[in-house]
Amino acid sequence: MSNNASIHEAHHPGPKTFIIVWIALTVLAALTVYIAQFHFGDWNVVVAMVIASVKATIVALYFMHLKYEDKLTWVYALYPLFLLFLLISSTIMDVFTRVPTIH
Amino acid sequence: MDSTVASHAEEHHELDPVVEYESSKLGMWLFLGTEILLFGGLFAAYAIYRARYPEMFAEQHRELDVWFGTINTFILLFSSFTMAMAVWSIQKGKQTRTVIFMLITIICGLAFGINKYFEYAEDFHKHLYPQTSIFYALYYLMTGLHMIHVFVGLTILSVITYLTHKGKFNENYNTPIEVGGLYWHLVDVIWIYLFPLLYLIA
Amino acid sequence: MSNGAATETMNVSFYEPKSILSWVLTTDHKRIGLMYLITISTFFLIAGGIAMLMRYELLTPESDFVSPHTYNVLFTLHGSIMVFFFIVPGVAASLGNFLIPLMIGARDVAFPKLNLGSYWIYLVGTIILLAALLQPADTGWTFYTPYSVKTGTDVILITFGVFVLGFSSILTGLNFIVTIHKLRAPGMTWDRLPLFIWSAYATSILQLLATPVVGITLLLLIAERTLDIGFFDPAKGGDPILFQNFFWFYSHPAVYIMVIPAFGIISEIIPVFSRKPIFGYKAIAYSSFAIAIISFFVWMHHMFVSGISQTAAAIFSFLTMLVAIPTAIKVFNWVATLYKGSISLESPMLYALSFIFLFTIGGLTGVYLGTLAVDVPLHDTYFVVAHMHYVMIGGTVFGFFGALHFWYPKWFGKMFNEAVAKLAWFLIFVGFNVTFFPQFFLGVEGMPRRYASYPPQFQTLHEISTYGSWILGLGIFIMTVNLIAGVIGGKKAPQNPYNSLSLEWQVPSPPPHENFHEIPTVTDWTYGYGKKSKTEA
Repeated sequence: MSNNASIHEAHHPGPKTFIIVWIALTVLAALTVYIAQFHFGDWNVVVAMVIASVKATIVALYFMHLKYEDKLTWVYALYPLFLLFLLISSTIMDVFTRVPTIH
Repeated sequence: MDSTVASHAEEHHELDPVVEYESSKLGMWLFLGTEILLFGGLFAAYAIYRARYPEMFAEQHRELDVWFGTINTFILLFSSFTMAMAVWSIQKGKQTRTVIFMLITIICGLAFGINKYFEYAEDFHKHLYPQTSIFYALYYLMTGLHMIHVFVGLTILSVITYLTHKGKFNENYNTPIEVGGLYWHLVDVIWIYLFPLLYLIA
Repeated sequence: MSNGAATETMNVSFYEPKSILSWVLTTDHKRIGLMYLITISTFFLIAGGIAMLMRYELLTPESDFVSPHTYNVLFTLHGSIMVFFFIVPGVAASLGNFLIPLMIGARDVAFPKLNLGSYWIYLVGTIILLAALLQPADTGWTFYTPYSVKTGTDVILITFGVFVLGFSSILTGLNFIVTIHKLRAPGMTWDRLPLFIWSAYATSILQLLATPVVGITLLLLIAERTLDIGFFDPAKGGDPILFQNFFWFYSHPAVYIMVIPAFGIISEIIPVFSRKPIFGYKAIAYSSFAIAIISFFVWMHHMFVSGISQTAAAIFSFLTMLVAIPTAIKVFNWVATLYKGSISLESPMLYALSFIFLFTIGGLTGVYLGTLAVDVPLHDTYFVVAHMHYVMIGGTVFGFFGALHFWYPKWFGKMFNEAVAKLAWFLIFVGFNVTFFPQFFLGVEGMPRRYASYPPQFQTLHEISTYGSWILGLGIFIMTVNLIAGVIGGKKAPQNPYNSLSLEWQVPSPPPHENFHEIPTVTDWTYGYGKKSKTEA
């Protein structure tokens, strides 16, 4: 099912958007480094991953143009992430619910 | 059998340009999905071993040089910006500007590689090898695999830049630039996760 | 929409020109499919021959024909070649390549050059495998750690060969998905697609997304061997079960890569030879996707006794029950299609019917194995061997043979000897069951798999199984000779000998390079048998 021909027209972010995104990325990167010097225990990972995900999301949405892509592309952009989540969570679940059988 | 007919028989079937453009983009997104799962195995290994040996990770990550990592992060983020600008430029038909942005992107990639070379050299100097521990194994494997992808990306971008210079692309046809750009952005996204996981968090 | 220009090349089959260079550099999906067909069939016969050697060893309780180490090498090679060089790429790459563009009304796949690349990458992988034969691995095709890290045999080359093959698989899956989305002919809406296409799509998703995980797994294994890392070594803080988790995360979906194309084939053959529309088209179409999705949720059922937690085992046993449901839906719909159909038993139909019977046995025994408590005594016994061969041979191979016989006239432009084909089918059917049915009993009685020698009480069943393998081998030999003879000297094939409605039968046998004189406009689904339909030939 193909879209109509006006692909190169209205849905393109321009240099202004890109500069804003880039500044945001740089600020977030600096923020990640800055926060890392404080010790919040397990929360360090969470905060770092949240910030990383925000960065990855704006790279995908704007630099990679995902915001303007069709549903099919979104499905294939997101489904691998779901599978990754499945792989990681299941293997962790297995490792951490093992009970030693030899005492 | 008429030999001229036979030899013309297998000509390249031209696809409608819109179909070709959409197919190429979809194809690259599909491929990026596979890259996510390829690195995914390493991220999974990281998650498991970090959960099992938090002290090892806490202790050993400090040996890594945060400055190398941070500078590389800024380099890659900037290269993503210039890559996006390159795609935008060719969509406006500005071939020279496109070539300039792509060259900057490539230079950034090379700088990343050179940094990594010095960083690995420093790590070896400190006797940190893949065999040293599971943490360092993960560090080398993840950054190493990422580095390979940087090189692949640089190769692709170089070819595309050369072709742009030769006038092969314009505002009506620039699919390889856009699609090559997608690959480069993925390389950046992977590093966005690698950097904090390996260098920063205790 | 694709261009529909007519050229005078329509009367020239895709076999012309015959120069080797034109074949080596071809981007024609029909040629690429044929090259895959020849290569995978060769590997099938080689790996089958290895199996015959194994069965010969198992005639007697002692390890007297080959040493235990050689036997380990034999089953490693048999498994690796069958899985990675025949059955995973096999049906999808050969039949899929040939049929997909024709069935959807396109001139070729979305990325023809990439398609050629896929084939050459596959060949490179097989050459690496041949190199690995110098010091062949003895780990089993599953390469479990820690043995695969410690063994002195050459694990690196064979796993690297498999890694390279993975690339081929990924790129083929990618190509097919884009082709099916973007290159369908006008009017070829999703609800008019042949079911083979639905199954090819579902298979492609698995090829695309599951394969990278085995890629990284094998890279980690190679890294472990070369760099002396300890991911999978308990002495260095690693976890050998982690290897199994990563390996099966791919390898379970992989078994659906193996069988879903066969499901598609059966869905095509049954309506043609029952002269009835397929029953439950939507259910069959969606079930392929359901299988593709659920197949990612069940992998730990290969690891019930490996040392995973009880919690994980219970969860995955439950999830395994789910994956049987969409498959059962298909079986029901095929049988319902047969009901009150006007059935004719040509050789393709014989394979399709026996598929339903044999695959049901295979599938049900899979449910037994998925039941946690039952799996504990049956794991790693011949019950598992029997189950997997019922689904892979009774399922995929029978489907593959059925497809070869069904699309043979279209692909080769010739007809084979039908009577000989029926004889071959009979020998294959009987031989297969005599070989593998006793193995269920061997397994229940405790005979472990991958053993060259065994206690004497198992000998009778092993003997029967080996004799069966000889009948099976004879049947396959006769079938192969028959099919090759047909290509060389068979009668010229008509365009549509079985009066099938799908698009590939509306072009000459064999098709020209361009596939279609003009890209067709589709107005009806392809299963309008037994009633007047606009696309009836």
